[in-house]
Amino acid sequence: MKYIIRHILFILVIPALFTSCKDKNSEVIAEASVTDTAISELSIYNLPSVWTTQNNEAIELKELNGDVLVMVMIYTSCTAACPRLIADMRAIEAQVPDSKKGNVKYVFISIDPATDTPQRLKAFAIENDMDDEKWIFLRGTEEDTREFAAVLAVNYKKISPMDFSHSNIISVFNQKGELVHQKEGLGVNNKETVEKIVETAR
Amino acid sequence: MNLFQKTIVILICGFLSGNGVAQPQNMVTVMEGVYIPLYGVDSMAVKVASFHMDVYPVTNSEYLAFVQKFPTWKKSQVKRLFANKSYLTGWPNDDSFGDQLQPNAPVTNISWFAAKKYCECQGKRLPTIDEWEYAAMADESTADARKKKSYNQFILGWYERRNTYNEAIGSTFKNYWGIYDLHGLVWEWTSDFNSVLISGESRKDVDKDSNLFCGSAAVGASDLMNYAAFMRYAFRGSIKANYSIKNLGFRCVKDVEDQP
Repeated sequence: MKYIIRHILFILVIPALFTSCKDKNSEVIAEASVTDTAISELSIYNLPSVWTTQNNEAIELKELNGDVLVMVMIYTSCTAACPRLIADMRAIEAQVPDSKKGNVKYVFISIDPATDTPQRLKAFAIENDMDDEKWIFLRGTEEDTREFAAVLAVNYKKISPMDFSHSNIISVFNQKGELVHQKEGLGVNNKETVEKIVETAR
Repeated sequence: MNLFQKTIVILICGFLSGNGVAQPQNMVTVMEGVYIPLYGVDSMAVKVASFHMDVYPVTNSEYLAFVQKFPTWKKSQVKRLFANKSYLTGWPNDDSFGDQLQPNAPVTNISWFAAKKYCECQGKRLPTIDEWEYAAMADESTADARKKKSYNQFILGWYERRNTYNEAIGSTFKNYWGIYDLHGLVWEWTSDFNSVLISGESRKDVDKDSNLFCGSAAVGASDLMNYAAFMRYAFRGSIKANYSIKNLGFRCVKDVEDQP
């Protein structure tokens, strides 16, 4: 008898499951019409994904609006390129004049969400002396991470239990979340990147 | 949750056939196995779990029905972040694919975001590169036909034919799994197309460019002779998620819920 009841319950639940896509979308449509003027077509704030910071706080990208964002995708157990990417980000930050510093955030997105828990990201931030609010470390689902990489044109692949191949791209977004600059490669001259940040930041 | 999913499968299964693995409509089951991809993990074999795959690529008329249900994906309304200007470029307006495109030809000029959303709204997803390649290495009679001359000749012959994107679905061969058109009409999006680490720009195509790619030494073609597959990987490595291209369509897959 218990099983029969359970089955009846499932039959009732199934249609609800199948319509969830529709419901979610109409929500998005409603929301979009309200905020259309605020979020432009090319803005990353159109992405609905929710991320977790190194302080274990849930965050949507659009909560970062108003700041210039300098973004890079890394993973904390990486020993080859990532330390150099971190160094590049630090070097860029150091060259931004004090008058502009308040309007710029530096965002690291993990491509290894399974390993990079908020606790691990926090430890990584402290280790690299990046534990104040201008440095943001984010972790999302595998799927949202893949999607965000697609937006940044960052390619990555897991090549062993511990390591990933990934492209090294630093991206700059303006206050509205629109991509304004990308630089590919490691330890490359970051003059242009810094100039773009200074030009964009208030 | 597991019991929950299992029960759904059992229910559907009971309704449809009464025995065997539940098979969603117009999908077939690709049974699990191991294969060595062109770009392998240190040339190691990859295990692919069983999955259901659409028998045909998604067509123009199916996609039209989708945009009518979800207007944010109409030609004039899609956000540029999610699809570039070529999105549905052959369509004369939002609600028609015109008279140049066949209703039962694969839909093309579709971005990755659009393809992904379409599948999600069917309760499905895009296949991974491994799933796609695994299913597509079959010919009519063999699960892995990659070493057969006829298999490679068919694909290379297709690469030389023009405008195959406007041919009807089902007009190529039915493969070992019961799937049509993996080769012969259009190329197809995969969920992790951006895991291919070769640059599409010829100036940047320096082998093992460690400045651009971390750990790139580990990524190399395990069988460069497999030119047909090499072309697919090179193509995937050169495109971006908002690109919409004339010979690039998609199909969806679904997990098999009751794997032993």
